[in-house]
Amino acid sequence: MYALEMIEITKEFPGVKALDRVSFKVKKGEIHALCGENGAGKSTLMKVLSGLYPVGTYSGEIRIDGQPMEFRNIVDAEKAGIAIIHQELALVKEMTVGENIFLGREPKKFGVIQWDELYYEAAKWLEKVGLSISPQTKIHSLGIGQQQLVEIAKALSKEAKILILDEPTAALTESEVEILMGILEQLRKQGVACIYISHKMPEVFRLADSITVLRDGKSIATLPRAETNEDQVVSLMVGRELTERYPYVKRTPKEVVLEVKNYSVWHKDKPMKVNQNIHLTVRKGEIVGIAGLMGSGRTELAMSLFGAYEGKAEGEVWIEGEQVHIRSVQDAIRAGIALVTEDRKRLGLVLGMDVKNNTTLASLAAISKWKVINQNEELKWSQKYVDELKTKTASLETPVGTLSGGNQQKVVLAKWLMAKPKILILDEPTRGIDVGAKYEIYHLMNKLAEEGVAIIMISSELPEILGMSDRIYVMREGKLVKELTHEEATQENIMMAATGGK
Amino acid sequence: MEAKAVVHERQRKPLFGKIDIRAYTMIGALVAIWIFFGFLNDTFLSARNLSNLFTQMSVTAILAIGMVLVIVAGHIDLSVGSIVGLTGGVAAILSNWMGLPTGVVIIGTLVAGILLGMLQGWLVAYRAIPAFIVTLGGMMIFRGVLMGITKSTTIPISDASFIALGSAYFTSGFGLVLAIVAIAAVVWMTWKKRKSRLQYGFTVAPLSVDIAKVAAISTLIVLFVLTMNSYKGIPFPIIFVIALALIFTFIATKTTFGRHVYAIGGNSEAARLSGINIQRHTMMLFVFTGLLSAIAALVLTARLSSATISAGQMYELDAIAACVIGGTSLMGGSGTIVGAIIGAMVMTSLDNGMSLLGMETFWQYIVKGSILILAVWMDIASRKKQTH
Repeated sequence: MYALEMIEITKEFPGVKALDRVSFKVKKGEIHALCGENGAGKSTLMKVLSGLYPVGTYSGEIRIDGQPMEFRNIVDAEKAGIAIIHQELALVKEMTVGENIFLGREPKKFGVIQWDELYYEAAKWLEKVGLSISPQTKIHSLGIGQQQLVEIAKALSKEAKILILDEPTAALTESEVEILMGILEQLRKQGVACIYISHKMPEVFRLADSITVLRDGKSIATLPRAETNEDQVVSLMVGRELTERYPYVKRTPKEVVLEVKNYSVWHKDKPMKVNQNIHLTVRKGEIVGIAGLMGSGRTELAMSLFGAYEGKAEGEVWIEGEQVHIRSVQDAIRAGIALVTEDRKRLGLVLGMDVKNNTTLASLAAISKWKVINQNEELKWSQKYVDELKTKTASLETPVGTLSGGNQQKVVLAKWLMAKPKILILDEPTRGIDVGAKYEIYHLMNKLAEEGVAIIMISSELPEILGMSDRIYVMREGKLVKELTHEEATQENIMMAATGGK
Repeated sequence: MEAKAVVHERQRKPLFGKIDIRAYTMIGALVAIWIFFGFLNDTFLSARNLSNLFTQMSVTAILAIGMVLVIVAGHIDLSVGSIVGLTGGVAAILSNWMGLPTGVVIIGTLVAGILLGMLQGWLVAYRAIPAFIVTLGGMMIFRGVLMGITKSTTIPISDASFIALGSAYFTSGFGLVLAIVAIAAVVWMTWKKRKSRLQYGFTVAPLSVDIAKVAAISTLIVLFVLTMNSYKGIPFPIIFVIALALIFTFIATKTTFGRHVYAIGGNSEAARLSGINIQRHTMMLFVFTGLLSAIAALVLTARLSSATISAGQMYELDAIAACVIGGTSLMGGSGTIVGAIIGAMVMTSLDNGMSLLGMETFWQYIVKGSILILAVWMDIASRKKQTH
């Protein structure tokens, strides 16, 4: 008996067939992973399922427990027991956890909200997801991981029969991932059907009962987990065999470009240090990885070195043997530092601007004379980077907001390559990016290192850190606690250092 | 080379198509309004009335030019009307009470406008007080200061050279020279752009298209000058509007400053992390609105040949409405100066036309308000259609 059947779903946008006769079936009490590169059609399929694309805008049939369903809007889908947890959190920051959980369906008597009942119920759901916080806490005081768990609590409280999780672990720490896995296993026992969208193969293989692969808007295969392996799924996703996932090349780094001594960073509002006594060197043509758990202070360090963190910094920064004092982003750019931020939509791009304007945003001075932009130079440079990075865009005048995640990231990279940095800091450079684009970005990093750029890569994905770095620092609670060479490093010793295990 | 050029051409076409549709809708609406009033009243399209209309719209248009950039950056300036009033009062005091020559009066007034803009800009940019609050406060304070320094009296202007700023006309000979210079500039710029694009190996539109474009623009210029000449010549204030519109369009589209302003409005965090000095840019925007308000004040005071304590009241709302009708988004990040000028023209045409028809004032308010809402409604509806 299938809890959900989507049969021959076809969805067309002007000029593109986003879904081409996709069939997707989920059993009761099953965790079903949906895999595919960005743009393969996963999100579109889920939007059809959750009622965001109403009946009539697609062809095909949706059945729940064998009954044909027609969703005219999201409310219809919710009534049928479908709950979706989005990749980008949809919580109201200024409201409490309890208010968020029951937003739009507050327990009422004669139109008056029953606050005691609401918070009592909310506390119950929070306990189920292992969150030990008061339901009266405001959302904005929670970390991203905790917010994600609140989202899950909210979905559970709707008594969902079918739960959709879109990249749920992207922002979670190891221990939060553990909690999530536990919850999902419990839900499976209760007969809830879970659709699990993820790029992370280890998670998929640990959790899922079956795996469906989408590629270019078509359902390629549905496989029971026991009969497949990571390599097969990845190759089905990209449609080619991936012989080497991480194109590491042995390099011999040259002289030290960046040296940070005894560097500490204060929290922007609290009287505490987010980074303490950091000592760090990066050489010309070297890729240095910084590993660590979420919230260990890696992003703060990067932002602070780039002159963009509000908290005060102490200590010394030397670039090519000269001490520098970076007080603003302008100073950092002048000193030859570039930072590709972790959140490209919020911090990296002006989404309404087009590809060329985003590409040149950090180096307008280089293509201007008397502050007047030479628009032909602008076209020339942005075309050059579109060609070089193989950015898939309809034109240079396409707003970047309409590009896929991987292509957006390439535009951010283009922006900073154009600034000709000596030191390139990449904060989670491949988060939420499909396998093909990831691989291209790794190659680009190698090429830049070859050309003599000193690269710092912050990443939460251990295989990526292991696969790409010449040297690895591990950060824990704001301190660099370990330094490992490419040869020494293993998943185990990094995780040990990052979690403080023995 | 060949293949790439082809790709480029294919890529660029939709862009021009999209922009043109929006611009054409606005111009189309304006033409419709003109035809409508021209049909109901023979004097509406007469040279005399058009000349009046352009003079009437000049103050709103000048204010709207500055307002566009402030709104694009994600702020708002509610004080421009009061700055017009206050700097107009300053101009009248300098000219009438102190008897200073017109040159000094102009400089003094502009400096006053810049200082007021600087003060507000500093509070918004460096003290992080929301622009809405700062300029709402400024709106009240500047009006109060105006009443204080003029002792709530109307100050007449007697200096003829000052009055000329708002009410003189260029002789027809000069108008024709201006037309020739303008056409020469258009031809030269088109040719230079072609040459430069060819030099970079980009495709250029067929020569015939460029020639047609230049011909169309030239016809418009000649038509405008001849119409104005058939009355008294080009009114002085409209030259200010055209000059300022050209300067600020250049700033907005061709300079790093303009690009940075659009980036700040689109995503201020991304702009900051791209090394853009947000505070300095924000401050400059308010300096610009202060300066433009002072210019508008000179035109207005000269045209009315007096400064009153109610001068410029509600002008900030006219300016904002002009921007919005012209397609500027209050969310920041998008908007054009040409659009705002057309918006100002729409508003003034409605005013002028309804007055000619003898409609009562209450109707004029109702119609103008409805047009504002309708324009934004249509814009939002068409944008939705594009994204689906």
